[in-house]
Amino acid sequence: MEKKDTLIEVKNLSKFFNINKGIFSKTQSYVKAVDDVSFSIKKGETLGLVGESGCGKTTTGRTVLKLYEPTTGEIIYDGKDIAKLNAKEMLPYRRKMQMIFQDPYASLNARMTVGDIISEPIEIHKLMNKIESHERVQYLLNRVGLNPDHASRYPHEFSGGQRQRIGIARALAVQPEFIVCDEPISALDVSIQAQVVNMLEDLQEDLGLTYLFIAHDLSMVKHISKKIGVMYLGKLVEIAESNELYKNPLHPYTKALLSAIPVPDPDMAAENKRIMLEGEIPSPIDPPPGCRFRGRCRYAKPICGEAQPELKDMGGEHMVACHLY
Amino acid sequence: MEKLLQINNIHTSFHTHVGEVKAVRGVTIDLYKGEAIGIVGESGSGKSITMMTLMRLLDNNGEIKEGEILFEGKDLAKLSEKDMEKIRGNDIGMIFQDPMTSLNPVLTVGDQLSEPLIKHMNMNKSEARKKVIEMLELVGIPSPEKRIKQYPHEFSGGMRQRVMIAMALICEPKLLIADEPTTALDVTIQAQILELMKELKEKLGMSIILITHDLGVVADVCTRINVMYGGIVVESGTSRDIFYNPKHPYTWGLLRSIPNPKLDTKERLKPIEGTPPDLLKPPAGCPFADRCDYTMKICLENKPENYEISAGHKSACWLNHPDAPKVEHDDIRRDN
Repeated sequence: MEKKDTLIEVKNLSKFFNINKGIFSKTQSYVKAVDDVSFSIKKGETLGLVGESGCGKTTTGRTVLKLYEPTTGEIIYDGKDIAKLNAKEMLPYRRKMQMIFQDPYASLNARMTVGDIISEPIEIHKLMNKIESHERVQYLLNRVGLNPDHASRYPHEFSGGQRQRIGIARALAVQPEFIVCDEPISALDVSIQAQVVNMLEDLQEDLGLTYLFIAHDLSMVKHISKKIGVMYLGKLVEIAESNELYKNPLHPYTKALLSAIPVPDPDMAAENKRIMLEGEIPSPIDPPPGCRFRGRCRYAKPICGEAQPELKDMGGEHMVACHLY
Repeated sequence: MEKLLQINNIHTSFHTHVGEVKAVRGVTIDLYKGEAIGIVGESGSGKSITMMTLMRLLDNNGEIKEGEILFEGKDLAKLSEKDMEKIRGNDIGMIFQDPMTSLNPVLTVGDQLSEPLIKHMNMNKSEARKKVIEMLELVGIPSPEKRIKQYPHEFSGGMRQRVMIAMALICEPKLLIADEPTTALDVTIQAQILELMKELKEKLGMSIILITHDLGVVADVCTRINVMYGGIVVESGTSRDIFYNPKHPYTWGLLRSIPNPKLDTKERLKPIEGTPPDLLKPPAGCPFADRCDYTMKICLENKPENYEISAGHKSACWLNHPDAPKVEHDDIRRDN
């Protein structure tokens, strides 16, 4: 990869869920799961997306793939806005964009053999005949480190790490360019996590894949991502190159989040001064105006209650949305 | 310091339709008063089963084959169910992994929390209520007077875990067993819960056994660590022994498979290849032998002895035998 082009660019993407759809309800309330989020990912690179549960990171990933219809905003994939495409126009893009799910126990159909699971996307996109598709399954199983002879087995015969490999093989079946990895390792044991992370890195290297990597394990995200975005209550509050973000976090929420990571080193853990966040993430239903973090922020000023902070470039592609800057 | 708990050579098996699963195969762990120790290992290493054995909460097909569990001089392995009930919840409290499924959904939080008080401490309802409110305040739940009338589904994940901790602590146990208490929680909530556990340990002077697979969590809370693999303790020592001077290839593997917090540059992770042994047919020798980089002939045939590296630091690996080849762990964590 000599020249790095932008593969996917998300502009002002929002996804609201209407929560009272009854015909007699007068008021309309929305869960603003993703609210005005913008980022871009270059070809062959990885963007990590972190935040607490309920911050909208998974919804962002799914909306980018158009598994949810975006409320507003553009998703520019390889130069074309796919946000408004209908299902039929979307089909060729579905092949290029795939997803790896969090829970390898729930995301594989228990009644299908591993071979059928992996070849299903090939059939849907009518890419190959039976024989080619069979060969492709054998190749993919080998590629993800499983025995090709196991294609006729069922998912329950495999361990969690092996199932996650099956999920990866399924995502790779149609030769995608872009993969959303939604917490692909959080259900796995430490020693198995490293196996899967290494495999994802190898595949990226060999096939030139682009990843959107969603996780709440911040140390693994730092390891795998080139850039990291931090989300809070539907908003992207900070985005920067990963080392820069860890060394020099600017947003008070990012600082608190990073200091909460347990350090696997007793001496460093003893020195570590935690910034404790009081309370929990508030409800995303009709969030108050102004900065959404201000209720838990120790630096909150009057302006934080009035105006929503915009993402500002602090230099070197380090963007932060906070009134302190 | 005085010993609170001494687990001696415990063996636990499960009788299943395919045969006997030897889940715990000779575990020895000791614990002093007011101390927090960690048990680390991956799923299937026997860490939770060891604690279930200690609490005598094994399923019907489980059996303690041999060994003793001395808690304040009493052998818990031999107590009657009736005597055990007096200890559970009263002397030993336990926090389970999943706060969503371990609370009773049809009882209010207040009712669930008063149950052990009425049962163990002979309190009446109003005394119990007062104590419950006090306890919820201690674990940091705002407006406890209102919250005790609510049901578990009205609490968020972090709040539910606090309720679990309050329940485990309400009879002021001498020992708290926390089985992956923060695995289901976000890092910020995890930090709050860990701080809370440390604080309560100081305040109430209780001992803690923390079971986890997160090395970061043990480094933070525990002074001593037991690493379990394939139903045995493969290495035990102080946190500093385990992190800075590990002497077992499995511990090396664990430390290498997580990103080093001290490094800025991207270093490739070194996973432990393969999968844990099948405890239906436990290996004759070292359980880690078929995943280990340094396997010797003796590892496949004979169970390694528990070598004492220094006072309190033990490793069950043949590499520590005086005649074994010298292998050094390329320690990325030691001062750099």
